[in-house]
Amino acid sequence: MQPLLEIKDLVTVFNTQRGRINAVDGVSLSLPAGETLGIVGESGCGKTMLALSIMQLIPQNGSIEQGRIFFCGQDLLKLSPEEIRLRRGREIAMIFQEPMTSLNPVFRIGEQIAEAVRLHQNLSSKEARDVSIEQLREVGIPDPERRARDYPHQLSGGMRQRVMIAMAMSCHPKLLLADEPTTALDVTIQAQILDLISTLKEKNNMAVIFITHDLGIVAQTAKYVAVMYAGKIVENSWAERIFTNPVHPYTKGLIDSIPSCSIDPSKDRRKYLKTIPGSVPNLYNLPCGCRFRERCSVAFDQCLREEPPLIEIESGHFVSCWSAQGVGGKKI
Amino acid sequence: MPETLIDLQNLNKIFTFTSGIFNSQNRIVHAVQSINLQIWKGETLGLVGESGCGKSTLARLIVGLENPSSGFIFFQGDDISSYDKRAMKIYRRNVQLIFQDPYSSLNPRKSAISMVKEPLIIHRSGNSDERRRQATELMEKVGLSAEQANRYPHEFSGGQRQRIGIARALILQPQLIIADEPVSALDVSVQAQILNLLKDLKQDFGLTYLFISHDLNVIRHMADRVAVMYLGQIVELAENRDIYESPLHPYTQLLLSAVPDCNPRKKRKKVIIKDEIGHGGNRGCNFQDRCPYKLPLCKEQQPVLQEVNKQRFCACHLAGSIRMS
Repeated sequence: MQPLLEIKDLVTVFNTQRGRINAVDGVSLSLPAGETLGIVGESGCGKTMLALSIMQLIPQNGSIEQGRIFFCGQDLLKLSPEEIRLRRGREIAMIFQEPMTSLNPVFRIGEQIAEAVRLHQNLSSKEARDVSIEQLREVGIPDPERRARDYPHQLSGGMRQRVMIAMAMSCHPKLLLADEPTTALDVTIQAQILDLISTLKEKNNMAVIFITHDLGIVAQTAKYVAVMYAGKIVENSWAERIFTNPVHPYTKGLIDSIPSCSIDPSKDRRKYLKTIPGSVPNLYNLPCGCRFRERCSVAFDQCLREEPPLIEIESGHFVSCWSAQGVGGKKI
Repeated sequence: MPETLIDLQNLNKIFTFTSGIFNSQNRIVHAVQSINLQIWKGETLGLVGESGCGKSTLARLIVGLENPSSGFIFFQGDDISSYDKRAMKIYRRNVQLIFQDPYSSLNPRKSAISMVKEPLIIHRSGNSDERRRQATELMEKVGLSAEQANRYPHEFSGGQRQRIGIARALILQPQLIIADEPVSALDVSVQAQILNLLKDLKQDFGLTYLFISHDLNVIRHMADRVAVMYLGQIVELAENRDIYESPLHPYTQLLLSAVPDCNPRKKRKKVIIKDEIGHGGNRGCNFQDRCPYKLPLCKEQQPVLQEVNKQRFCACHLAGSIRMS
């Protein structure tokens, strides 16, 4: 079956005063329709830039240098800006981390949703208003007729994120990009928003790319997981496999370093959390060979010489690590 | 019974905001409501709650950055409001704060070592050489090398900055460290390093921690006892294991059910929450708007924190009779 989204060898570069960096450096992945992919990684690993590259909304000093992004079989990078604009919002929608900065403070939320609707669907303003109220009801905002007349500052953080979701859903997109949608919210509100996204996904058979640094969220929502490190995908597989049988040393390290509610510290005598030594490398000054090498406990000479490619080690499980691929050195 | 280091008795903090023309509108926020809490010597007391519940205000009250509206803070048996200037200075030496944001809590114009030394200068401890030696030693202890000592904050990563913040809090050899969300601004892999460091330092220096966080996973890993706060009130206080394995208060149960687990097979149950966080301040229980077990009594009377079992405290009319479904 043809995947809904297929990215091949995408490279997004930025020219800054300090030099050139590859924020996204050769990313390939695919996502079937109606499924959820979680992209995890630490800050600065390029996960947001990957999403913005799909939307073609990257900041001005950046550009997509190479690669292909197939959406419904069509290469998005070959389309004219006008054709992209027609798809953006209608077929691919995005929600962001901080809903306050993504909503316009001087317009009523109902008007803002109606604007998105009228842009893509040939509706009168009255019809668009009805659609926007319907969308607000859909995302669980009580008394939507009255709430549609509110300004963003009158809503709480969770409500604002619901408005963002209502806006994103108003044209029934095939793909939703959710960039840390719950990071600014409290746990209980986060749980509500996650439930809402998964309900809407089921109802509309929509694919979701969930970008987050929180492995717990990914474990709970995603079917597939891609782990990013310094601009590259280092491991990509089913969520089950990533969490029960991680292969890349970085994935292993990440999973081991999270404290968990379900581990009783008094029974578990593991007083210390396992850590990954050092910190994320500077993109301006990446180490040669494997970019995780300096923090890796199983690195050997091959890792210094050459960057490991992303290889399918078993069906549907991709890893970019020499040790995992059984090239010399210690087997992990 | 362990020795009590800090004893909070009926502590309240009320903020008043005025707005409107001629200050016509007053808004009152009861940030800390009748808190009774002991911090025992040598323990890590975890304080958990959502944003705006008053965790940080409580921390600021204990350090003396805010004055309580009413109530008392006892330090080793003495009421700190009775302290004169000199005694207060000694108290501040003993109670130190680690801040959440290592970016805004450091002075960008000062080198790492001069920031770590600064508390010693303020408290007139030792001479210049001694101070430098002490600061270098401590920085090494928290994992910063001697070459890094003369660098400025922008040259450090988030984790390293937090290490500077920790060294600065420890240099006066305090008894109590209040860590206000010390790892929430850090990346996952760095977070674990800092948590391990805090555990080591506690042992080496015989410290007591008040560890404040919104992250229930972190609290589980760090704390001996846990206090759960909701809208200015402590709603549950118990041993770590009791809180996580058999929470009594419906709010604690709600919080725990909302944490996404890292095991994809262990699906989180759908959380049913009636409303977003209320404002409190009404009659009756603060949690009544969101509580699934609400009784008529909850509308009338605010439950107080009482001992349900040995060392298990809960502020709920139904304490002990509801189980997590």
